[in-house]
Amino acid sequence: MLGLDIQDVTKRFGGFTAVDHVSLSVPLGQFVCFLGPSGCGKTTLLRLVAGLEHPSSGRILINDKDITDMPAHERRFGMVFQSLALFPHLNVEDNIAYSLRLRHKTARERHARVEELLALIRLPDIGKRQIAQLSGGQRQRVAIARALAQEPAVFLLDEPLSALDAKLREDMQVELRLLQQQLKITTILVTHDQREAMTMADTIVVMAHGKVQQIGAPIEIYRNPANRFVAEFFGTSNLIDVEAAEGAVVRFGDRRIAVGSMPAGLAPGGAATLAVRPEDVRLARPEGAAKDGLPGRVVFVRDMGASIEVHVDCAGTSIISVTTPRDWIGLAPQDAVTVELPAEACRVLAS
Amino acid sequence: MSAASRLRELSILVWPAAALFGFAVVPFGLLLGVSVAHRDVEGLWSAGFELTQFAALLNPTVLDTLAYTAVLAVLVAATSTALAFPFAYFVAGMARRGQVAWLILLLSTLSLSEVLVAFSWQVMLAKRIGLSEIFVWLGWLAEPQSLSPNFGAVVACLVYLVLPITVLLIYPALSRMDRHVAEAAQTLGASPLRVFFTVILPMMRGPILSSAILATVFTIGTFVPPTVLGRPEEWTIAVLIGRAALTGGNLPLAAAMSILLLAATLALTGLTVVVGRGQEPRR
Repeated sequence: MLGLDIQDVTKRFGGFTAVDHVSLSVPLGQFVCFLGPSGCGKTTLLRLVAGLEHPSSGRILINDKDITDMPAHERRFGMVFQSLALFPHLNVEDNIAYSLRLRHKTARERHARVEELLALIRLPDIGKRQIAQLSGGQRQRVAIARALAQEPAVFLLDEPLSALDAKLREDMQVELRLLQQQLKITTILVTHDQREAMTMADTIVVMAHGKVQQIGAPIEIYRNPANRFVAEFFGTSNLIDVEAAEGAVVRFGDRRIAVGSMPAGLAPGGAATLAVRPEDVRLARPEGAAKDGLPGRVVFVRDMGASIEVHVDCAGTSIISVTTPRDWIGLAPQDAVTVELPAEACRVLAS
Repeated sequence: MSAASRLRELSILVWPAAALFGFAVVPFGLLLGVSVAHRDVEGLWSAGFELTQFAALLNPTVLDTLAYTAVLAVLVAATSTALAFPFAYFVAGMARRGQVAWLILLLSTLSLSEVLVAFSWQVMLAKRIGLSEIFVWLGWLAEPQSLSPNFGAVVACLVYLVLPITVLLIYPALSRMDRHVAEAAQTLGASPLRVFFTVILPMMRGPILSSAILATVFTIGTFVPPTVLGRPEEWTIAVLIGRAALTGGNLPLAAAMSILLLAATLALTGLTVVVGRGQEPRR
């Protein structure tokens, strides 16, 4: 296969297993995000790909060639670190040209390549500046240019945007994605930010406790989370403890809720979790509501202008609904309300 | 700012100013006074103003000894910094427990007095005990022999004395260094050796230079090791000063030589600062 192949890779540090039997393929030219909470093993997996760590077991291949035992400096996968790790003793031009100098490129070749990269990151006139003179966003781009200078087979980014302020971070996400599409370079980005992953990735790998929880396209993972962890970590979900009934129906207290489908192997009477996205939850006043809705009481209303978030208490279970000002029915705390869960938006996860 | 608060701010400086005056300006004034005083064989010196002793400094023995001392100090500083840097680099990369153990060991060697260390080396380099026997056993020497007094013994002892200081000066900067910078260089195609010479060493130039300067200044006034482990030709300017004052009874000459040593130290430090500034990246 053209691209990167991780085959059953495990990495242990003493008694701690940071990466636990992970297998995945990154096709040539794809943008993949490793997403998960801190300590889930995503950075260790990235470092294994870079060659900065050696796997305890398993293999890593690039274009069908085994590179498991190849040291980092022979792999030459450009990597952008969380701290950026620019060389403070070199100016911008020499930072970017570092890998070219190691490959014995002539001064003319180096200069041409640096000019090209500075144009690519849209900072054409900063070649002679010292790193200490750059702003956070400029350093970010210089670190990206430095990693790209050697035209790496795989481009690796370890939470490179986490130090930037919110506005700049969102801009950089779009910019980085456009850059990657322009260069068609196989890219892996590590992040704990689901929005960041959804903005940039072709494929997201959700990780927890060193294991892969789900691999898929961003919207696919959002719509069909594989388990309770993914549903909870990836965006906001209402997670409701229910009991399986006959057919595509679950039981919540004395109420029956119709769902799209049931997971295989869940027998009637078995405990399950119902996952519903807040934007799929509809609220209605009891008098005009469908009679299979859940009765509840409004606890809290957060009007954000562009959207309105309502917290409803249904027999001790908190359910969040998000709606737009256009569909807003003007609820206030303590109002009685009926919660409607559309069957096609209800996903049942085996507990 | 009101005059009262300005006065209060200045009053904080009274103690350091007094200390500086009492412990530096006054002794230096005395030294200067004695150096231009008249040599009196009966009472060491008597008041007066003459430049006889400064003229005596032009004596080739004094100038040669001063040059030799400067070379010795620079050699010791360079050797100990060259040894200290890789050592401090590995200590800074260790787990916390290991780092603390090594730092405590270094601090404990600092507590040994120069005299004790010099005599220990003398014992260690003697014919019948220590290193000589080990060298014979290793086949490096045909038969046991005394390894001191000589130049090598003086240098070895001084490096031993200065090494902990240079390690402790370089260590903080190395432990603060972002280790990802070295890893970034690796992912850009640099072998570990290349990383060391093109990234780590240049990044640490400041701390290396300042620890080398301090080691030089620390060594230039050395007295005991050259006396114990060296022949007369390995004596430093400090030994000459001691002999002039104690056995020669010429206090004004000793004072004049001290001023020369002070001036040479200042010149050396000034030179390194200038050289260091020249290499700093352009702003």
